[in-house]
Amino acid sequence: MSTRFTVNGEAIELETPGMRRLLDALREDLGLTGTKEGCGEGECGACSVLLDGRVVDSCLVPMCQVDGADVRTVEGLAGPDGLAPLQQAFLEHGGAQCGICTPGMLMAAQAYLEAGGGPDDAGIREAIAGNLCRCTGYTRIVSAIAAVAGETR
Amino acid sequence: MTSPETMPRPVPTATIAEPPVVVPGPVVIEPGQPTPGAARPAPLRREGPDKLTGRAVYVDDMVVPGAWYGGTIRSTEAHARFLGLDLDESFDWRRVVLVTAADIPGENVIASIKPDQPVLVTEEIRHHAEPLALIAAPDKATLRAALHAVRPRTQPLEPVLDPLASDHEFARYEVGTGDVDAALATADLVIEGTYRVGHQEQLYIENQGMIAVPRDDGGVTVYGSLQCPYYVQPALKRALALSDSQAVVVQTETGGGFGGKEEYPSIVAVHAALLARAAGHPVRMIYERHEDIAATTKRHPAVVRYRTGVMRDGTLVAQDIHVTMDGGAYCTLTPVVLSRGVLHAGGPYQCPAVRIVGTATATNTPPNGAFRGFGAPQTEFAAEMQVNRVAEALGMSPLELRRRWVYELGGTTPTGQVLRESVAGREVLERAAEASEFERIRARTAGQRATGDGSSPVSAHGIGLALAWHGAGFTGSGEVHLASVVHVDLDGEGRPVIGIASTEMGQGTKTIFPQLVAAELGLAEDDVDLAPVDTSLVPDSGPTVASRTAMVVGGLVIQAARRLKEQVEAATGLPFNVSAAAYARDHGPVRIEQRFEPYPGVHFDDATYTGDAYPAFGWAAAVAEVDVDLDTGEVAVRSVVAADDVGRVIHPVLAAGQVEGGTLQAVGYATIEEMKLVDGRYLNDRLATYLIPTALDAPRIEAILVEAPFSGVPHGAKGVGELPMDVGAPAVVAAIHDATGVWIHDLPATPERIVAAMASRDASA
Repeated sequence: MSTRFTVNGEAIELETPGMRRLLDALREDLGLTGTKEGCGEGECGACSVLLDGRVVDSCLVPMCQVDGADVRTVEGLAGPDGLAPLQQAFLEHGGAQCGICTPGMLMAAQAYLEAGGGPDDAGIREAIAGNLCRCTGYTRIVSAIAAVAGETR
Repeated sequence: MTSPETMPRPVPTATIAEPPVVVPGPVVIEPGQPTPGAARPAPLRREGPDKLTGRAVYVDDMVVPGAWYGGTIRSTEAHARFLGLDLDESFDWRRVVLVTAADIPGENVIASIKPDQPVLVTEEIRHHAEPLALIAAPDKATLRAALHAVRPRTQPLEPVLDPLASDHEFARYEVGTGDVDAALATADLVIEGTYRVGHQEQLYIENQGMIAVPRDDGGVTVYGSLQCPYYVQPALKRALALSDSQAVVVQTETGGGFGGKEEYPSIVAVHAALLARAAGHPVRMIYERHEDIAATTKRHPAVVRYRTGVMRDGTLVAQDIHVTMDGGAYCTLTPVVLSRGVLHAGGPYQCPAVRIVGTATATNTPPNGAFRGFGAPQTEFAAEMQVNRVAEALGMSPLELRRRWVYELGGTTPTGQVLRESVAGREVLERAAEASEFERIRARTAGQRATGDGSSPVSAHGIGLALAWHGAGFTGSGEVHLASVVHVDLDGEGRPVIGIASTEMGQGTKTIFPQLVAAELGLAEDDVDLAPVDTSLVPDSGPTVASRTAMVVGGLVIQAARRLKEQVEAATGLPFNVSAAAYARDHGPVRIEQRFEPYPGVHFDDATYTGDAYPAFGWAAAVAEVDVDLDTGEVAVRSVVAADDVGRVIHPVLAAGQVEGGTLQAVGYATIEEMKLVDGRYLNDRLATYLIPTALDAPRIEAILVEAPFSGVPHGAKGVGELPMDVGAPAVVAAIHDATGVWIHDLPATPERIVAAMASRDASA
């Protein structure tokens, strides 16, 4: 079937089976390999993207649900002048180590910030509870998000 | 999309760091503060912008035109005779390639220490999920169909699942000092305990994966997620009968390792290479999570039987320790894991009479292997449980008891090693206790228990303490045998290029090496390059394991940089940073090769297992606070204060990140991470069922970095990766005891175990 949607603001039309995973369409059809696969069953959050502004696990989203939707991935975060403030905060705070959870973590954080989330520890931890990180202990991820949430308020 | 060139880089300042000066006593570095002598701020993570924008290329992100997809046919029994494969005749087998043991051109063996593990099974299946055959297909759907069209024919054999009942020993070590039996006989009190710790999965978020590409010279280049390129390369040479130049290994961006990508990637690489050879195409061998958990190595389960003899006044007189580790079906790295476990089993305490006996045996379970801590977390859990139980029995503070026992400068270990320098057990202990207000909170939790009004409280708060040591670098004469080599080159333009096989897997290798060399040469970090980790380009600087990279390889790189600087400055009479370009133009590229030389005064006797087991030790303390739901046994770990002596902090953000991440892995080990086995098969072999801590489960973690430098290396660093893994679990279990009054002897301390222990105590009260 033909699916029309936007990815990072760009209009896309794909001929693809309706039950193809959004994750595979992004990585294999569109070459957007920033979105990672960690478990393929919605547990780790490495494949998190924004679908109409909400965080979803793209390994659980079939393409038939993407028709007409707006998809955003990690590739769309940075601007022409370099890293977005959220990415810069991750870099300075040490929020990325091995980096494999980072794209999904950034998208979950982005959704939190866009929803008006504040710099409080509990709110941030709730927002990224679906994104597993095995490297950092989460401390520096939380402080990076808090720094940006504090600035934007 | 932005190009790499437009990404912001850290702005170097003009100030140049002094060479690190080795100072005698521990220096305490507050979190986030630069280290003394480091006059400029630490650089930002070098590959950070690529990771934060999605540009970093992990193995599964590689685009390889014409690549086929590889898969593995695995055993579904723990122990069986392998009779052959039944192929479904309705499937068109011309569409795929099938590789069995008969198709291996070289030796059918994967050897870490002993050559006992086959690449593919020939006759005897020794564990569940063991590789029997391989299939490659031009697309994923065909591969899936082919894998489903194969049925192994087997004849079941009786499995051995209990390591204590196994008669196949992989290794045995005994170390000791003094007359243990006599000392125990004279002790006022002997505390006994048996502790059981289970499997733990490394659970790097990036699964294992390799892509093998056939070479024109008949060899293969393998790209993949790995810690040790020079473990993978010899494995390829042996199994595929290739020469040095025909087997090339290139590391891709690696999404976590924690030991899990130390030895297992050799198997994935050999499998991918065999398929690529058979198919005549590149082959992608990327594991899914289920396969990764089911088949790859775990932390060794262990049973530790422990007797501690003390006098009424708290004097430690004897330790009698028996360690049994479950190696799984093949040897892998088990002897060295056991060795480290044995050498750390006494804990960081001076004791006149010690006997430590360790054995590791074979079972029909998937092989166990390297995981952060490498045997020490298992035995130090038992050691710390014993200290805390002795303190309780004597009515002493667990902090005070450790103050009395902890090694001081000049202390002697069970192998006869005299601790001549870099001893900071007391310092980390005091720092963690002070920052956590250990005694004040302990008094408060004790007070709450004493003033209970008879009504049943819903939850209880507790605080617990643990202390550990961790030998820095390889055990015994390991580094001497490794004889690591590094290069620091000056290229034709006069830019220094570091050549090492040490891998970045999140811990900061790519950041700290340019930082160390830049400081030596008087340059900005961005003016120092790192060669790609490719065995055709970089020398064997040893495996990226054992917290050895910053200490051992870092020391070699600094020495090489100093020699390069001397050479250039002697010839030009000018400082390196203003003369290197002209020197390179006039003399051409320069290569400085630096080879490991034994640290002065460090000697170990492999035959008698005596002497300097490690060139130095790192020291770690942790204080954990928990809330325990007294109805359900559910534990919430609220905070951990971790004080870790790393010798010398190279990069405060990266070092603290290691302490925090290791602490959370230890909290998971203590509370929720449990592999359940049924008939030798992991029952919970999915991320939905093997749980690791989320951001909501994670405690507030405060990392305190302490510096007691090691004089054997120019920068004084001792490594940091594994230290926090040793103390987290015993601190959490001590806190659970403080909250509930029950000791949990088995890890993880699950709600079921806690409820059962409380019920058993109440029944006997």
